[in-house]
Amino acid sequence: MADYKIKVRRFQPESGQGPYWEEFKVELEPSLSVLDSLLQVKDREDGSLSVRCSCRAAICGSCGMKINGQSGLGCKTQIGEAQELAEKMARATASGPRTREAGREIAGDDERAQPGAEEAAPIIIEPMGNMPVIKDLITDMESTHWTKIRRVTPWLLPHGEAPEREYIVEPESMIDITQSMACIQCGACVSSCLSMEADPDFIGPAALAKAYRFVGDPRDAEGVERLHDLAEDPHGIYDCTHCFSCVDACPKDVAPMDQIMRLRRKAGEAGIEDPNSGHSHELAFVKIIEKKGTLDESLLLQESFAPGIKGKLVPSRRAIKEMLGSIPTAIRGIKTGKMRSLPKLIPGIHHKLPGTAQDEVQAIYKHAEEHNEEFNLYIKGDEGELAEIEAEENLETAIAAPAGEEAPS
Amino acid sequence: MPTHDVLVIGAGLAGQRAALAAAEQGVSVGIISKVHPVRSHSNAAQGGINAALNPGDSWESHAFDTIKGSDYLGDQDAIEIMTKEAPEEILHLEHLGVTFHRNEEGKLGTRAFGGASAARTYYVADITGQAIMHVLYEQLMKHSDSVARYEEWFCTALAIDEAGECCGVVTRNVADGSMELFQAKSVILACGGNGQVWKPTTNALICTGDGIAMAYRVGAKLMDMEMIQYHPTTLAGKGFLITEGARGEGAHLLNAKGERFMETYAPNKMELASRDVVSRAEQTEINEGRGFPDGTVALDITVVPKKRVHEALREIVLVGRDFAGVDITREPIHIKPGNHYTMGGVKTDVDGRTDIPGLYSAGETACVSVHGGNRLGANSLLDTLIFGRRSGVDAATRAKHTDASKPSPKVLEDEDAMIADINSREKGSGRRVSEIKLELGQTMDAKVAVFRDEAGINEAIEIVARLREEAKTAYIDDHGSVFNQDLLGAIELGYMLDNAECTCLAALERKESRGAQYRTDFPERNDEEWLKHIDLEKTDDGPEISYSEVTITQWQPEARTY
Repeated sequence: MADYKIKVRRFQPESGQGPYWEEFKVELEPSLSVLDSLLQVKDREDGSLSVRCSCRAAICGSCGMKINGQSGLGCKTQIGEAQELAEKMARATASGPRTREAGREIAGDDERAQPGAEEAAPIIIEPMGNMPVIKDLITDMESTHWTKIRRVTPWLLPHGEAPEREYIVEPESMIDITQSMACIQCGACVSSCLSMEADPDFIGPAALAKAYRFVGDPRDAEGVERLHDLAEDPHGIYDCTHCFSCVDACPKDVAPMDQIMRLRRKAGEAGIEDPNSGHSHELAFVKIIEKKGTLDESLLLQESFAPGIKGKLVPSRRAIKEMLGSIPTAIRGIKTGKMRSLPKLIPGIHHKLPGTAQDEVQAIYKHAEEHNEEFNLYIKGDEGELAEIEAEENLETAIAAPAGEEAPS
Repeated sequence: MPTHDVLVIGAGLAGQRAALAAAEQGVSVGIISKVHPVRSHSNAAQGGINAALNPGDSWESHAFDTIKGSDYLGDQDAIEIMTKEAPEEILHLEHLGVTFHRNEEGKLGTRAFGGASAARTYYVADITGQAIMHVLYEQLMKHSDSVARYEEWFCTALAIDEAGECCGVVTRNVADGSMELFQAKSVILACGGNGQVWKPTTNALICTGDGIAMAYRVGAKLMDMEMIQYHPTTLAGKGFLITEGARGEGAHLLNAKGERFMETYAPNKMELASRDVVSRAEQTEINEGRGFPDGTVALDITVVPKKRVHEALREIVLVGRDFAGVDITREPIHIKPGNHYTMGGVKTDVDGRTDIPGLYSAGETACVSVHGGNRLGANSLLDTLIFGRRSGVDAATRAKHTDASKPSPKVLEDEDAMIADINSREKGSGRRVSEIKLELGQTMDAKVAVFRDEAGINEAIEIVARLREEAKTAYIDDHGSVFNQDLLGAIELGYMLDNAECTCLAALERKESRGAQYRTDFPERNDEEWLKHIDLEKTDDGPEISYSEVTITQWQPEARTY
C-alpha cells in the first residue's frame, strides 16, 4: 500500500459554480489503477464524484480521461506510474512551463504543484478534451464522438445479396481490419487530437479509424465512394496533421493515425486528388532524398506537381498554377536567407552526399523496398519486435557493404 | 408517455439482437440501457462463439457436449434449438460484417474450447464479444428509424396491468434525473447477470442483476439461481478474466510444484474439461497446499507459439502486461477460480416468455435453461443471440395481436417515493452503500462459491438478511439530478440483495453436487432426487421454492468424466 494524492478537476452542474480543483488522499497498491483511486474516493469519501466506468479492464471504453494531461483510460493507467509522471512533470515546471493544459489555472485554483517542495506532486485528473463536460469526469460524447462516428456511414454496405455461406475473403484482410475493430470507442484519441482542437469539425481519429474498418473490408461495396466522401470533405482525411497524439492515447493499439494514412494511401491509389497535395509532396520528398541524400528545395515544388520529365514537358494546369503561386514564397525564402547561394536556386545543382554516403542512403531504400510488406500493428508484439531487431541488423550489414560488394557472411 | 410495441431493457448482445429481430417484424421498438450500448458487458466475452458449422461436425455433437457440460440440468429441447440454429446465426453475423477469423482458404476458421468434442468455436482474435456487439450496434445505428435508442436510461421497476400482464417500465434518464413511465405491449429483459454480488468477479460494475430482480419483484419465477459459474482462469485480486481460449490454444495449468495437475482430475480433456471441473481442481490444489502463497496456481502460455499468442490472444497479452505486470509469452501467470457467470435467472420458455404475459427475458438474465449446472465456454454468446432473436420475434408477434394497456401512474409514484426515501437519509444515519456492497461480495465469495456446505450457506443467509435491513437506512452523498451515480448505486444494491437471497436459498435447497453447485456435505450427484430445476417465486415471506422437470429428449443422464 502507498499513499497518493489525486487532484481532480470537478464540475457540479447543479451547484451554480464553475469548475474547480479538488484534492483527495487515497491509499492503494501502486499496481492498482487511477480509476481504482477514484472509486475509492467515491466509495469512502464523496459519492458525488462522477466518472463513467464499468469493466475496470480496458474493454468497455467508459473511463476515458486525462491523467497528467495525457488522454487514456483511468482503468488502464497504474497509479504508481501516474505518480512517477506527475513527479517528472512537477520537476519540469521548475525549468519551464508545465505540459500543455495539465494543471492549468482555473478560477479559484491556488494549489499548483510546488516543484521541489517536500510533498509529492499530485496526480492530475481531468475530463477528456474536445468534448463538453457534463459533470466531473463525465463528458458529452454523444454530441461529439458519436455524431462523428455516424458521419462515416458506420455499417457494412455489401455487394448485392449475401452468399449462401460466408463471404470468402483473404485471411489477412480480416486481421488487417480487426485492428480498427479493436477500437472500444473510448474517445481518448478524440480527446488528444490536436487537429480537432484547431478544427472542431474534423471527422477525427476514431471515426476515421472506423471508416477504414469498412474501406479495408473486402465485403464492402462502397469503398471508393467512401474514400471520395472522406477525401473531399474539407474536415476529412487530409485534416490530420500526423502528430501521433492519437497513437499515444489509444489504449487498444488501434493507432488511428495509421488508419487515416491507410485511407489516404487508398485514396491516392483510387486516383483521388489530394487538395493539400500531401500525397504528391510526400512522393517528391522520397524521390529527392533517394537521389541526393539531403533535401533539394528547388526541386521540391516541381517534383510535387510536375514529377519526372513528362511532368516538366507537359505540366498540368494545376502544376502551373501552383508553381506561379509559389513564387512569392520562393522570394521570401531568398530574402530571409533560407536559400543562401544563387546556385541553390537552379534546379538540379544541389550536391549529392559525399563519398559512399549516397550509396548508404540508397541501400536503405533498397532494404525498404525488399521489406515492403505492411507492418500490421495488430499482430505486432514479440515476433514483430524480433523482426524489427532482425531488420535493423540486416540494415547495418547492408550499409556496411554497399551495393555491388559481397556482403560479409 | 413514450410508447413502443416492444421495449428491450439492456443493450448487450441479447438486447441488441432482440431489438433488431423485433424491428424486422415491422413493430415499433425501443431499447433502453443504463450505459451506452457499447459499454455493455458482452464486450468481455473474449474467446468465441460455438456452432456446428464445419462439415463433419453436427448439432447433435454440440448439443451433447452442452448437455454433458450442464451436468444434465440443461433442458434438452432448448439446447436442441440453440445448437440447430447456431450455424445460421454465425453466417448472419458474418454477413452483417463481423470480422471472424479465416482459415487459409478464406473461409471461417475455428479454435478448440473447453468441454467440446470438436473445434467449433468461431472467433475474432480474443475480442469476439466486442466485435459482434459493435457490429450489432452498427446495425442499430443503421436502423435508427425503426429502433429508438434510450442510451443511459436506468430502469427501476416493471409495470403490470390489472390483467397481470406486463405493460411498461419506469425509468430514470441518467443525464437529467427525470423519471419516465414507458408503455409497451411486450418488454424484454436482457440486462445481463449478477456477478457484482460476488467480490472479486470478472464481471463489470454494471452487472448487478437488475433484470433478475425486477422480474422477481413483479412475480416472475426464477430458476436454478444456485448455479453460479466460477471461471478457472481469473487474475488473483482483481478478478480479471483470462480467456479459456488460452487453454484452447494449448496453455497448461501448473501447481506450485510445476505439476500439470489436471492429469489427476481430467486425464482425457486435461485443461479443456468443463469449467466447473477445472475450477474445482484448481481450488483443491490451492486448498491442499499445492498452490502459490498468494492462493493461486499458474497458467503457462509460454508453451503456445509466440506468433500465435500475438495473433489470437492479443487481449490477454495486454491484460497480463497492464494488470499483472507479466509478459505471458515469457512466464506463467498466476490465476485462480473467480466468479464469472449466472447460469440461473428468469425462467423462460424457448421463445423467451416468462410466467408473466408480455414479459420476456434473454441472455444471462434469463434461464431457458441451456446451461443447466455449468455453461460451456463460447456458449454464452450463442445463447444471447439465439434467444435474443427468438424473444424479439415472439415479443413483436405478441405486440401485433395485443391491445395496448396503459400502465397505472401509481407505479411511477411508487418509484418517485422510493427515490425520495433514499435522498432523505441523512449522512451518517446508517452505513455507506459501498460498505454494504463490499461485505455482501466478500460474504458470497467466501460462503457461496466453488465449494459450499450447509453451515456456510446459512451464515451467508443471515448476513444477507442483516445487510437487507442495513440497506434500508444506507445513505448517499449525491442528491442531484444530473448523472447521480450514487443514487443508482443504492438502487442497484437492492437488486443485488434480491439476487443474493435467491442464490443462497437455492444453494441450501439443492442437497447434491451438480455442475457449479458442489456441496461438500453432499458430494455426489443425485439424479433420483435432484434431477430437477429449483424455481423461486416472491411472496411476502420471502422466496417460495417449487420444482420443475428437466426436459430430456434423447440423452439420458450418465456419469460425467472428462
